[in-house]
Amino acid sequence: MPTDQQLRRMYEWMVTARYYEERLQEEYLVGKEPAFDISAGPIPGELHLAAGHEASAAGVVAHLGDEDTVTAPHRPHHIAIAKGVDLERMTAEIFGREPGLGSGKGGHMHLFDPDVNFACSGIIAEGVPPAVGAALAEKKRNTDNVAVAFLGEGAVDQGAFLESLNLAAVQDLPVVFVIEDNDWAISMPKERITDVADASKRGAGHDIPHERVGHDDAVAVFEAARDAIGRARDDNGPTVLEVQVHRRMGHFMGDAEGYRPEDDVAAAHMRDSIERLEATMDDAGIGREERDGIRNDAESRVDAAIEWAKDQPEPDPTAAYESVFTNPPSGVTDTEPATNGGERQ
Amino acid sequence: MSERQLTMSRAMVDAIAHEMREDEEVFVMGEDVADYEGIFDSTTGLREEFGYDRVMDTPISETAFIGAGVGAAQAGMRPVVELMFSDFFGVAMDQIYNNMAKNTYMSDGTVSVPMTLMMAVGGTYNDAAQHSQTLYGTFAHLPGMKVVVPSTAYDAKGLMHNAIRDDDPVVYMFHKRLMGLGWMPAPDGPKTAVPAEDYTIPFGSADVKREGEDVTVVTLGLHVHRALAAAEELAGEVDVEVLDLRTLVPLDTEAVLASVRKTGNLVVVDEDYRSFGLTGEITARVAESALEDLAGLERVALPDVPIPYARPLEDEVLPQTQDIVDAARSLSP
Repeated sequence: MPTDQQLRRMYEWMVTARYYEERLQEEYLVGKEPAFDISAGPIPGELHLAAGHEASAAGVVAHLGDEDTVTAPHRPHHIAIAKGVDLERMTAEIFGREPGLGSGKGGHMHLFDPDVNFACSGIIAEGVPPAVGAALAEKKRNTDNVAVAFLGEGAVDQGAFLESLNLAAVQDLPVVFVIEDNDWAISMPKERITDVADASKRGAGHDIPHERVGHDDAVAVFEAARDAIGRARDDNGPTVLEVQVHRRMGHFMGDAEGYRPEDDVAAAHMRDSIERLEATMDDAGIGREERDGIRNDAESRVDAAIEWAKDQPEPDPTAAYESVFTNPPSGVTDTEPATNGGERQ
Repeated sequence: MSERQLTMSRAMVDAIAHEMREDEEVFVMGEDVADYEGIFDSTTGLREEFGYDRVMDTPISETAFIGAGVGAAQAGMRPVVELMFSDFFGVAMDQIYNNMAKNTYMSDGTVSVPMTLMMAVGGTYNDAAQHSQTLYGTFAHLPGMKVVVPSTAYDAKGLMHNAIRDDDPVVYMFHKRLMGLGWMPAPDGPKTAVPAEDYTIPFGSADVKREGEDVTVVTLGLHVHRALAAAEELAGEVDVEVLDLRTLVPLDTEAVLASVRKTGNLVVVDEDYRSFGLTGEITARVAESALEDLAGLERVALPDVPIPYARPLEDEVLPQTQDIVDAARSLSP
């Protein structure tokens, strides 16, 4: 059972993440409606929101420190918030502004905060091998640090994940694979594309300990993750952990979910991991008044981050040519515009 | 001939559906092709007409389902396989370039791979470095694949009929901005009249989309429309000819040479990276065969940087209409 302090922290992360996604949803739709136009409005590009996923991040990251590595997929914000990614600079990145984590180059699917060892990526399962690599580095250096790869249930059919399981197992690496099962790979229900309902069983073929938490209860996730991360820290190898979560806001903003039964959408809203944690906190004597204080502080922090980000300048266009290399090769210009200035004979 | 106007996506689906009705061996598979009907409307209505057996949602396992497409094609079927974004090719490139593209050659023609691999390409909507590339040059560089890039609904349908009927693997690259998606408005131009009956457009036949005397613009995909807009802007000042390649493999070199011999000036416009790509290849072919006719040359392409996210950054690197105007103007007599 988590301590009161751990409960408060998980709650803070979860309400921050939920409110963050609600606010981003509002901001994202500005200028894009009534006829949804993906290339209009203040937030560029695609946006994959994680409302309904909060419990998995909170329960797992509660056992991690800044030195531990986390990789996340294209639906990353709740994990980033728990990991302590700079909220203002993450928000600025999502808005495509100059002080963003990647100075506006990366965007919401490509957030990098090396200060807290967090990264995410846009292609399914592509963050899994780098988490294994981080674990490999920690093992070679003989540290107590671990790595956690978050992935969706659709990603369990990717070679990058399946190959990573074997590499992690054969090398006995301190890595935990956390599968967030929201039942849907864009429009494809899990039962249509994946052979087993409990994908944590993917670990069995590698003799990797595996466990599924069948409901998005942050405390149940916390308990399972304590064992998994403890195993990794004690040099006892990898674990596969699957957590049932819920997709409340579509695959991406603009997804009308016409393929999804209405009762499935309704069910995702009924089972709320935040209310579940509140009930646990009631039992622990952390009452509504204290929780409201946590929630109000979280919402103020999110509002402030969004307002700050919107006030920031867009990057100068010439920045597009910078940072292709850490060590730009000599004699090669990094700043060539689209036209080459004329190569007349 | 019917005068109905179709979006590019509808025209593609028209051809796929026709081929599926005619030939039981044609089937479609990929991610989100059944109920979602293609993220970019490339399979709208197909599941409803043909059912889940012939319009198959696949696991997110590109290596497996693209490789399975190769195997099914070698077994005599004609799979139409969708790789959602060209950027995802990295997941499955071994199956694409070592199996799909090479098995015919390595078997000395005893094996053929009549497979269509379709994929969405291109930027303009800030989807950043992993979802905005065209990668035209990558696929065209590796031998054994025919590479198709339509710019209009009419061309899209004819080229799709060809692709499915072709006994070789065809990479069919459709630009998202041209599809006529409700959520990503297309420019004027790609929506055209499309006959109801089937018809083919031979691979390797470039199309003069606009005739002109002063400068030849060679391009493909979205940038056909940007070149046409540039030509319009320059009308009365520079007479621009716009040549739409339509296929990269095979490449209609003769059409490029004929136009350059007429105008004497060449602008090559590519939404792919500048180095080792289309602009260099077209330039080299002109230099080999029509150097004496070439007075001026400009390359307009994506600089050698990953495609950035923020709008001012993406706008900076993607070739704009104004870049084409500037290039053509700089060459005009």
